[in-house]
Amino acid sequence: MDNTEKIKFVIDDKVCYAEPGQTILEAAKSNGVYIPSLCYIEGVKPPGSCRICNVRVNNRNLIACTTPVAEGMIIDNDIPELNELRKAIVEMLFVSGNHFCPGCEKSGNCELQALAYRFQMMVPRFPYEFPEKGVNATSKYIFHDRNRCIMCKRCIGKVMKDEKHVFAYNSRGGEHLHVVMDEELASQLTEEEATEAMDICPVGAILKKERGYYSPIGHRKYDKESIGSDIEKK
Amino acid sequence: MKEKVQNIVKKFHNDRSRLMDILLDIQKDFNCIPDEAASIVATLLNMSKVDVNQTISFYHFFSKEPVGTYAVYLNNSAVACMMGREEVARAFEEEVGTSFNSVTEDGLIGLWDTSDIGMNDQEPAAIINGIVFTNLTPTRVKEIVIGFREGKDISEMVDKYGDGQNSNELIRSMVNNNIRKKGPVLFSEYEVGMAIRNVANYSPEQTIEIIKNSNIRGRGGAGFPAGLKWEFCCKSGGEEIYLVCNADEGEPGTFKERVILTELPMLLFEGMIIAGYALNAKEGILYLRYEYKYIKDYLEDVLQQLRNLNLLGNNIAGKGGFNFDIRIQLGAGAYVCGEESGLIESMEGKRGEPRNRPPFPVQKGYKNMPTVINNVETLSSVVKIILNSPEWFKAMGTKESAGTKLLSISGDCKHPGIYEIEWGMTINEMLEMVGASSVQAVQVGGPSGVCIDPSQFARSISFEDLPTGGAMIVIGENRDLLKEFVMNYTDFFIEESCGSCGPCRSLTVILRNKLQKIMDGKGVKADIDELYEWGNYMKQVNRCGLGQTAANPILTTIENFRPLYDSLIKTDDDFVSTFNMEKAVADSCKYVGRVPKL
Amino acid sequence: MSKPVIATATLAGCFGCHMSLLDIDERILELIELVEFNKSPINDIKTFTKQCDIGLIEGGCSNSENIEVLKDFRKNCKILVSLGECAIMGGLPAMRNGIPIRECLEEAYITGPTVRMNTKKILPNDDELPMMLDKVYPCHEIVKIDYFLPGCPPTADLIWNALLALVTGDELKLPYEVVKFD
Repeated sequence: MDNTEKIKFVIDDKVCYAEPGQTILEAAKSNGVYIPSLCYIEGVKPPGSCRICNVRVNNRNLIACTTPVAEGMIIDNDIPELNELRKAIVEMLFVSGNHFCPGCEKSGNCELQALAYRFQMMVPRFPYEFPEKGVNATSKYIFHDRNRCIMCKRCIGKVMKDEKHVFAYNSRGGEHLHVVMDEELASQLTEEEATEAMDICPVGAILKKERGYYSPIGHRKYDKESIGSDIEKK
Repeated sequence: MKEKVQNIVKKFHNDRSRLMDILLDIQKDFNCIPDEAASIVATLLNMSKVDVNQTISFYHFFSKEPVGTYAVYLNNSAVACMMGREEVARAFEEEVGTSFNSVTEDGLIGLWDTSDIGMNDQEPAAIINGIVFTNLTPTRVKEIVIGFREGKDISEMVDKYGDGQNSNELIRSMVNNNIRKKGPVLFSEYEVGMAIRNVANYSPEQTIEIIKNSNIRGRGGAGFPAGLKWEFCCKSGGEEIYLVCNADEGEPGTFKERVILTELPMLLFEGMIIAGYALNAKEGILYLRYEYKYIKDYLEDVLQQLRNLNLLGNNIAGKGGFNFDIRIQLGAGAYVCGEESGLIESMEGKRGEPRNRPPFPVQKGYKNMPTVINNVETLSSVVKIILNSPEWFKAMGTKESAGTKLLSISGDCKHPGIYEIEWGMTINEMLEMVGASSVQAVQVGGPSGVCIDPSQFARSISFEDLPTGGAMIVIGENRDLLKEFVMNYTDFFIEESCGSCGPCRSLTVILRNKLQKIMDGKGVKADIDELYEWGNYMKQVNRCGLGQTAANPILTTIENFRPLYDSLIKTDDDFVSTFNMEKAVADSCKYVGRVPKL
Repeated sequence: MSKPVIATATLAGCFGCHMSLLDIDERILELIELVEFNKSPINDIKTFTKQCDIGLIEGGCSNSENIEVLKDFRKNCKILVSLGECAIMGGLPAMRNGIPIRECLEEAYITGPTVRMNTKKILPNDDELPMMLDKVYPCHEIVKIDYFLPGCPPTADLIWNALLALVTGDELKLPYEVVKFD
């Protein structure tokens, strides 16, 4: 397919082409433009829950992971105003959970942390809440540590056993919503499935037992290069 | 238990999308949804248990634990508190011997806080075992609790019935309609069935054209042109089209749908039938909020009457192929289900989390088919547009806001109730109409709307100026605006947020805490600025109307009542710590056995 | 012109941030040329002898003494910097924040697997001892903090770059690899 059949759009002053049906986020990615996001994961209907991939079209904020790109769209993405907003969202996720990076197995490979690095978060602007949250270690291969959960819904959408959801939301609202693990199903997960579940989680809420700190400091995913730089290098 | 649950699931054809109905039945039979029942449902529907639980735990009126043989759900919204809710709550606690959000040890009585139940014109009010009790007083509470102890049937405890159809044997409720002003659209006399017979002579396209020409805009609050919505839906080209009537009015301060459902159900259903015809839909669904369950039997009866009149069912009004029926879907207590896509999710048996858009419901709605969702008032108005004319309708109101509007007015006024006014009335005129004086503020459109000060009372109620879904709360000058309203409403949004958007979930709590800090006299000037700045994030990033407006109580009062906030700032310093040494060391000193040295 | 004066302290921390300060290697000679140290564990000056320009705080506030020291630093330093995760958000000590203080004390002094000598099961309660707080507080909830240097510990380069920027007034350089939370 040559460019004449494609959708032409502009993001951050760069003229880009997309396949019909692509979302703004996917289209930007295939054109080497990184739109920061947390809840998006390839191959799953995007939950659009983290709200970080906010972009601006015609002075309106849109969510890049759920909005299809349209012909002639002019999109603002990497602009100070939006980055500030994204940074604020990252910061509120930090204060509304218990994110003790120094003691977390996912540190260095954590996407929340990586976004904080990208936005140069030195300290969240919001007060820490230190909410009380639990850990579920009943499954053979999985630790489910809700202290680190950002409720992005990735695991809900992708971790399945016999076509049933292993993880689900429980309750609702600002103070009660949390993600729970189905103990029965989780205990049936194979070692590979458990590892996969850990990789699906952007933070350290789902951990494969006996697999902590598997790459040394300096060799972890986001030690040397920021999240999104792989897309931007293309 | 197993057999009972199996029968319930079977009754709904083992259909996952009917999970709401399944759970409602179980809750009714067992007075809760026991864990074992959730497991059985999960197995029968081939779902994981956490998946079933995520629906159960979303809705306020579902509970995994028994809620009490007598379960008292007492409204805790701002207007209820204005009218003495706290005294009533204390009386319940004293008489019952347990605190709110718990059940007595013997399991007889449970006391529960609940968000607005649509009775703002007769607060304090509670729902007890599905029956509404209004105008509660501590004395009345005593009588009620004695009744509990005597094991009385709850319906025996309703001592008098309200006005109009509230005394109908299928309702038998003490709720009053409080219709204060009847306007030319909704409350005018008309002949049942005439409008349906009229449209049967038009084509669906012609019907849509009439509605488009009337310029009627949605009455739920958002104000989308109804005719255009119908047209978009028809053009979406799905195999089936669904019509949904949104009767999930949860906005604190609104109760107009309660009155339409009680007094004008025929009119509403006719409107649905007309919409069904225009859309070529075969099924209409009335999503009824759980709080209005007491009207359900009556509504079912009205539907049956319509069927008997050949105005519902097959070959309606004798027209071959005009087939349309209506079913009632009961909610289970969640404000966010009033958001149309949240409502669809709920109808499909899921958590009522609003969907990402696009696609819009008119493209992919209920069961992924094109779906029109209209407000109760909108659909009721449609009938009169058909009977009269679009021109007749447009002649009322203002340029952008055709017709009339039902206002639910409550708070500090002599005559709280329902008023059908022409769009364009000013707030001053409204206040005079309801007998309100010495007014500090008016909350226009409920918590998600705006809080305006007297300098703006010359503004008009219209889409051009002050749009509203109809909730109008009058706030007298002696009220503590921040504590009684802004804080109450912010707590409401924290409770009612579905939680799936990070900023709606986290920021509402952060804002509440910041507001509390300021109210505690610990704030600095920058705190007000931050409150405003952070509140504005909400507007920009959240998915649905709830999230985008959840900071409105804070934002609009900072805009319109800034001196109130400034007066709480006690210092010129740029930093005040909320740390309290005495409190912080109290526990540890007590435990190790030493006197704190402060 | 006199050299800028620096003071440092460790509250509920592990001294790791101070170690990282020493990790600037040979640049420490340069630092000595640039600044003067007042109250600090590095030189063992126990009390402030003059007003300082920069105070570096390691660790969060876990007991009443931490609060006193921190307030003392705020009084005596023009600029206060939270150095490291513990000062910024309580760090690992704050992992106790979800646990009732009673359980923490019991675990530490009576029931913990490493408790051997406390046969009389005494909980330390001498009046001279600092009092435990209900949770570990980030420093900026107690006093105003001007700058934050994250890390566990902050990298030597981050500390060096920040000090240099504060002392010289030059713009702070923050290459990607320098800011880390672990």
